Parts: sequence; C-alpha cells; structure tokens
Amino acid sequence: MSVVVYTESEGGKFKKIAQEAVSYAKGIADMMGTTVTAVAVNGNNTDELGNYGASKVLEVSDPKLDTFNAEAYADIVAQAAKEESAEVVVITSSANGKFMAPLVAVNLEAGYVPNVTELPKSTSPFTVKHSVYTNKAYSHTEIKTAVKVVGLAKNAYGVYENATSVEKSSFSPSINTGSVEVVSVDKATDKVTIADAEIVVSGGRGLKGPENWGLIEDLAEVLGAATACSKPVSDMGWRPHSEHVGQTGKPVASNLYIAIGISGAIQHLAGINASKVKVVINTDPEAPFFKAADYGIVGDAFEVVPQLTQKLKEFKAQNA
Amino acid sequence: MKILVCISHVPDTTSKINFTDGDTKFDTNGVQFVINPNDEFGLTRAMWFKEKQGASVHVANVGGPETEPTLRKALAIGADEAIRVNTTATDGYSVAKQLAQVIKDGNYDLVIGGRESIDYNGGMVPGMIAKLTDSNFVNNCIGLEIEGNDATAIREIDGGKETLKTSLPLVIGGQKGLVEESDLRIPNMRGIMQARSKPLHVKDPIEAQAETQTTQFEKPAPRGAVKLVDNVEDLINLLHNEAKVI
Repeated sequence: MSVVVYTESEGGKFKKIAQEAVSYAKGIADMMGTTVTAVAVNGNNTDELGNYGASKVLEVSDPKLDTFNAEAYADIVAQAAKEESAEVVVITSSANGKFMAPLVAVNLEAGYVPNVTELPKSTSPFTVKHSVYTNKAYSHTEIKTAVKVVGLAKNAYGVYENATSVEKSSFSPSINTGSVEVVSVDKATDKVTIADAEIVVSGGRGLKGPENWGLIEDLAEVLGAATACSKPVSDMGWRPHSEHVGQTGKPVASNLYIAIGISGAIQHLAGINASKVKVVINTDPEAPFFKAADYGIVGDAFEVVPQLTQKLKEFKAQNA
Repeated sequence: MKILVCISHVPDTTSKINFTDGDTKFDTNGVQFVINPNDEFGLTRAMWFKEKQGASVHVANVGGPETEPTLRKALAIGADEAIRVNTTATDGYSVAKQLAQVIKDGNYDLVIGGRESIDYNGGMVPGMIAKLTDSNFVNNCIGLEIEGNDATAIREIDGGKETLKTSLPLVIGGQKGLVEESDLRIPNMRGIMQARSKPLHVKDPIEAQAETQTTQFEKPAPRGAVKLVDNVEDLINLLHNEAKVI
C-alpha cells in the first residue's frame, strides 16, 4: 500500500505542478499512514522530489518518451501503481494529466475524480472535494473503488516542503506507445504559457483592436506573465484561440489575473475563477467583473495600463 | 464511415448554479439545457464529414427522457439517428461503460466526444471509452482530417499545438477549434421538422455501477467587495504588500 504520484516534467525539469502533486500525495500518505512513491518519466534530478515528501522515486528513462504520449505514460503509471500496490494514484489535472488519467483509471478499474482542490475529508470512506460547473461550485465525492485516481487541481493545494530521504529505483515497465504518433510540434518556446504562468494578463474588447495588443504584451513582459484574451477577442480573430480563456477556452488558475477591458461575462468569470487574486481595469464601473475582482481601477485602459507598466518597471527595479 | 457523437445534456453556460435537497441535487428550476458546447463543436465537424466525405452520424446520450430535447436538437442540426441509454448518468466511468457498449454494438469508426462537459468537468468519458473499446485516442482535439483509415489530428498543448498521425477506430475529445464558433449551426425549421421523424432509439442500460458518488455540493464562499483604487501606485502597493502576488 502506498500513494503513487505522477510527476510532470518538461525537458527533464520538474514542473511546479509536480512539486505540488508530491506535496499533496504526501498529505494523503500521512492521513493513511503510508509513504509516497513518485513516478518520473525522463526527469533529471529526481532527488528534488524528496523535498516535497516522496520517499521513493521510480525512474523511467527512454528516448521514446521524450514527447508526451498519453497511452504510454498512462500505461507506465498503471504499472507503477500495480508494482507498488498503490491504493491512491495522484495525477495533476493539467492538459496532459487529464489526457492520461482516464486511461490509468480504466486500466486500474479505479474511480477517478479530477480538479480536486483539498486533501480528502476522510480516507475511509475516501471523499474528496473538487470543482464542478466550471468553478461555480464544488462537489464532495466519494470514490468507492479499491484503487482511487485523484486528479489534483493546479495551484489549489500549494507546494509544501517536507524533506524526506529518497530511495531511487530504476523502473523498466513495458512501454507501449500505441498508434498515435506526434508528427510535429508548433510551440513558442520563449513565452510563458497560460498553464504554467503565475501571472496572466488578459485583454478584452475594450482594447478596441488587435493593433493595441502592445499594451497587454508590455505589461505582461514586466510581470513575466502570460497573455490571454476573452472569447469575443478570439472569435473576431484579434488573438489566436490558444489565448482564449473562459468556460469553453483555457482554464486559468494563476496567482494573479489582470483583466483589461473585459466586462466579465459569466462564462469568462467561470473559466478564470480558480485564480487567486483578480484585478480589473475597465471604464465601466457597472461591468460585472467588478463584482468578481479583488482590486479594480475604473478607468481607460489606454491611460491606466501604460502608467501601470511604467510604475511596475520602477517597482521591479527597486525590488530587484 | 460511421461516426458517433457523444452528447452531454448540460445547463446553458449562463445558468446560475444552485442546489436543492440539502445541497445534494442540482436545481434545474429555470435552467435551460443545451448540447454541451465542446460536443457541439464535434457534432458540427461530424456534419462536415457527412457532407464532404460521406458518413453516417449518430448521436448518443446517457440519461433519462428529459434529455431527449437535446438529442432532438442534434438531429435537427443534421445527425441521422439518436440513441439514448435509458439510465441516470451518475459518474463518468459508468457513462463511459454504457457508451462503450453502444460503440461495440454499432461498430463506429470514429467517436467524437467533448474535452469536458461544462457541468461536472470530468473530462474522462472520451478517454475511458477509448480504453474500453481499444481505440486510439486524442484529447483536446482542435483539428481532424480523415483519409480512408488514416487520421491526422491537431491537439492543443500548453503554449501551442501538435500534429498527430493515427488511425481508425479513433476516439477524440474535441473542443473549439475543431470548427469555428461561426460554423456552429442553429437548427432551421426544416431540420426541426425532419428531426421529429428521425429515429431516436431508447436502449436499456448494461449493468455498470457508479464508482464515484457525489455526497454533497457546495457553493464557493461569497467574496468580499472589490477594493477600488484611484491610481496605479496604490494598486502596486496592494498587490505587493496585501495580496503578496508581485
């Protein structure tokens, strides 16, 4: 019996969500009086996972796994869970995590709940809290199967240091890459992604046109933030679909979300609601976003945003 | 090509979410139900295959009789037949088992589901049916071309997209991008009339118990009022000292 956690990495480097997933797995393991085994696929420096509470790391290394392959990765995690007689498997509810977790669940005949935000209320019965209705509500859900697959929401539980000595073990599962093959990847490598960003700066129709997006980009650059947009902006082709955040777009769970010229339609608010702190800048004091935000400035984006960018530059220079 | 589009019957995106019976049931009072938006993008792509390449398109849903108007809407948009598995949709796993049976019985080449339903956000049904029916699977699918038995799919990834080659039988979890928002079809009167006479098969469920069960719903705590500030210096100060996010 143990808690097995899949740790997501990119180019060998563990993501922050991997640290969070291990921290969370450690929390469950403590409740159950057991230990955490991390599964790392082509990850460097797996000792790092001990900082968050993993006492064992199963290291899988194979060049075939350099690109994410849901079937192969799911198969590896399922084999690890069997090897470790895991009762709980933790997988982050990131895009890749949500791709592979259903496959892991079927393989293990395990009940699966994604978007979990807290430690289980109890482990017997095993009841977790997770967001539903696109962050408009939570459900407390009991997982009734012997093995449970828990999908951890991003940036909800947090990262906790818990220095543990790690036993590293080379793991050689059978690798089945199936017949879905990556032909090409088209990805901006110099930009922080919405999924990984601590801060997201987002623009709406109030920006009046794609030619004004420099305002958003300049502010994002100062903050090291990702840029995003509202649905009308992507529908009008001002910005690519990949930047559309909201109920039918990408979910956002950043520490800080800055909405500029976005009125705050219910679908938009649902999609960004998992962000911790929300700032709105809008000329219309009646815009619904003001009811959902923590901080607001009623004002014209074309005046406020350049000032904000400039003052942030000064602030960053002083606090560097 | 035989295509099955899995349709989730969900509250409209503008719905206010409330619960009844001691917060154990969703309050349907005053709620408009629609085809799950992610499924509708997939259905529209299926129509494209039907019209441009020749395909029969069936739609399926797991649910009670109250979900039939949603299936009729899919028929009005252009699907040929509908299947309703007559049982309450409880958890994703049991729904996936019901749909896997529909897929085995119907020998579909391509199964299109949505990335997630906007009610439970489980995002698990397409992946599970792929595994249960031993089909290839692409999630977050924003582009799909089929040529004979070969498929080329585009998947949205963090910060970009990737192109994948695979083959039928294939299950996808679709989303916006599979077709554009402007390609979505509003059923016309002719479609609505035709939909009335198209077959809607009611199928008995197989035995598949729920592996997870909601014990209680909860609404997020009401948030404090927004703090309005007059100038950017104050905002930076609050974000740094109070919110501690910069």
